Amino acid sequence: MTQSPVVESIDSVDTEETPVGGPATAAGPTRADSPAVIRTQGLTKRFAGGQLAVDGLDLTVPRGSVFGFLGPNGSGKTTTIRMLMGLIAPTSGVATVLGASMPQSVGSVLPRVGALIEGPALYGFLSGRDNLVRYDCADPTADPRTRARRVSEALDRVGLTAAAGKKARAYSLGMKQRLGLAAALLQPRELLVLDEPTNGLDPQGMREIRALIRELAGEGTTVFLSSHLLDEIEQVCTHAAVMSKGRLLVQGTVRELAARAQGRLVVRTPDAARAAEVLAARGVSDIRVAESRVDGEPATAGDDPLPGLCAALVEAGVRVSGFGVERGTLEDAFVALTGEGFDVAG
Amino acid sequence: MSQAEVAPPAPTVSAPKAAPVSTTVAAPVMEPVMEPMAASMVAGVRPQTAAGFLALFRNEITLTFRRTRTIALLGLLAALPVLLGVVVKIQTGNLHGGPGGPAFIAQVTQNGLFLVFAAITVALPVFLPMTVGVVAGDSIAGEAATGTLRYLLVAPAGRTRLLAAKFAAAMAFCWAATLAVALSALATGAALFPMGGMTLLSGDTIGLGGALLRAVLIAGVVALSLAGLVAIGLFVSTLTGSGIAAMATTVGLVILVQILDSLPQLQAIQPWLFTDHWLTFADLLREPMYWDGVLHNLGLQALYLAVFGSAAWARLTSRDITA
Ligand SMILES: Nc1ncnc2c1ncn2[C@@H]1O[C@H](COP(=O)(O)OP(=O)(O)OP(=O)(O)O)[C@@H](O)[C@H]1O
Ligand SMILES: [Mg+2]
Repeated sequence: MTQSPVVESIDSVDTEETPVGGPATAAGPTRADSPAVIRTQGLTKRFAGGQLAVDGLDLTVPRGSVFGFLGPNGSGKTTTIRMLMGLIAPTSGVATVLGASMPQSVGSVLPRVGALIEGPALYGFLSGRDNLVRYDCADPTADPRTRARRVSEALDRVGLTAAAGKKARAYSLGMKQRLGLAAALLQPRELLVLDEPTNGLDPQGMREIRALIRELAGEGTTVFLSSHLLDEIEQVCTHAAVMSKGRLLVQGTVRELAARAQGRLVVRTPDAARAAEVLAARGVSDIRVAESRVDGEPATAGDDPLPGLCAALVEAGVRVSGFGVERGTLEDAFVALTGEGFDVAG
Repeated sequence: MSQAEVAPPAPTVSAPKAAPVSTTVAAPVMEPVMEPMAASMVAGVRPQTAAGFLALFRNEITLTFRRTRTIALLGLLAALPVLLGVVVKIQTGNLHGGPGGPAFIAQVTQNGLFLVFAAITVALPVFLPMTVGVVAGDSIAGEAATGTLRYLLVAPAGRTRLLAAKFAAAMAFCWAATLAVALSALATGAALFPMGGMTLLSGDTIGLGGALLRAVLIAGVVALSLAGLVAIGLFVSTLTGSGIAAMATTVGLVILVQILDSLPQLQAIQPWLFTDHWLTFADLLREPMYWDGVLHNLGLQALYLAVFGSAAWARLTSRDITA
């Protein structure tokens, strides 16, 4: 499995195709000096079998951010979330959530946190509504007098009101996922931790969840979101971090990542070999030649090198049928960071 | 299941008291970081209330009795006295005065009330503990297997509070199970045999009302004598992530202990087995009631509860929840 664990290798994060109403950058009350909602220092988890699942993680999630937590399968995302939620104890390092260290402060921190961890888990013999009642009863700070109302509101928020009386074992995957989300929304939360929240949802469901996340972020809730759907992250997140093999590769605002992004120059021409020579002479690196197409990375000199390159090609007699910059996607950046290999790391 | 990976037990537990100790501690940390705007829309620290604390206990007990499995077990236990009553009715001649049969069986034909005590005597060694083993064994392990344990803990239920709620629900089941046997026996006895004042083991006779009171008392004592087994079941339940494995282990343990209790070679350890004093409830059918054996039994149960309850607590509060 090839790896390029260098932070600088983010070369192509799409900036131009962000949909309107996309990132909740302006929505959240993000403040440069606001303290972190989640902060880990040297957080490490080695499982009993010797598996190093998380390795010296230093993560900072600013208040008010929508934070995308990315990484290939088995890179340690869920393990990190479990440590943040006090479900497993770190082997070393510290995790601080809402200003208090975990897992020592679960009792005071977790009532203010809503979580969806590795998919929903429900009591199949209970109705959707009774499942929520059960989870609400588990929170000793939840007021029993407002329970029925809060449960109904949470069901309404995820669009399950009509199916609330149905036994949870008869729910579809997406309905279960929605009910799991509803459980995280039983109270107004300061922090939502969502491990792959749109897993199993239909397109409408995904859109609704994204809208819901933006809405919650607008209300001031910090959202920590792990996902494999990179365009989803691009659409809703203000910040992102990428994990690989238990290590943090990069973290920062999505805008920062995008600013570092560099498109690939693509030239369509029947004289591909000749074009490649010209481009190489003009400082274009990483040139790939295909039939009637050449692409490469233009040098990052101060002024825009593209008009000069185009002129040079024409001057050299290359028949140019297409010339432009193809923006990469976050997916390209992700693959560049975490490697192409399909096999998960042992 | 290596113990090497577990963290120090105490800190992960939320205080099992209703007092909002931890929340007040967190408040000063929160104040400076909350924005005024956010503070109005996003609730911050909520106090822990006594009603909120107890809600899990009520919910846990309700949940236990809403499971089809619980209802089926109670139905099974209720069927036992009916079967016993019918067999006694049919086989009266053979059983009458037979020395080898279970206690009280001989008296049942004269007084249906004795079917209550006969049924408890028959159910107590195996059937009753088996059902309790199923419920207690599945308590934590079943939640771990379905993944609901992680959501209860992030709610946050508090590991100690959850264990206490599980214990309360299992004890409620013990009580319901004993009642199922007793009430079914009472109904069957009344239907098949004459009822009336009963002649006690000591030879004295008490009226029907007094006899019913003793039945209630004995049902309570029998339910309490299952406390040690409940604690063992809870402990086993914290060891594994499989509900079936925990149930099988607990039930297997009951059978093993009953076998050990019957081997004459093991007389030295038998007084310490949690099953050894179970049948002392019969001493309450004397006039005056003879409490020594019963109190000894309850003391033994308290000992088992302390030992296995602590073990369950230590295990659950230090365990990594990876399911
Ligand atoms: N209970 C466990 N015991 C031993 N190893 C584990 C355990 N849970 C996870 N691991 C290992 O830790 C590593 C990280 O797993 P984790 O579940 O955190 O990955 P992830 O990033 O959430 O992956 P995915 O995207 O597939 O959800 C994996 O190599 C996995 O095999
Ligand atoms: Mg995961």
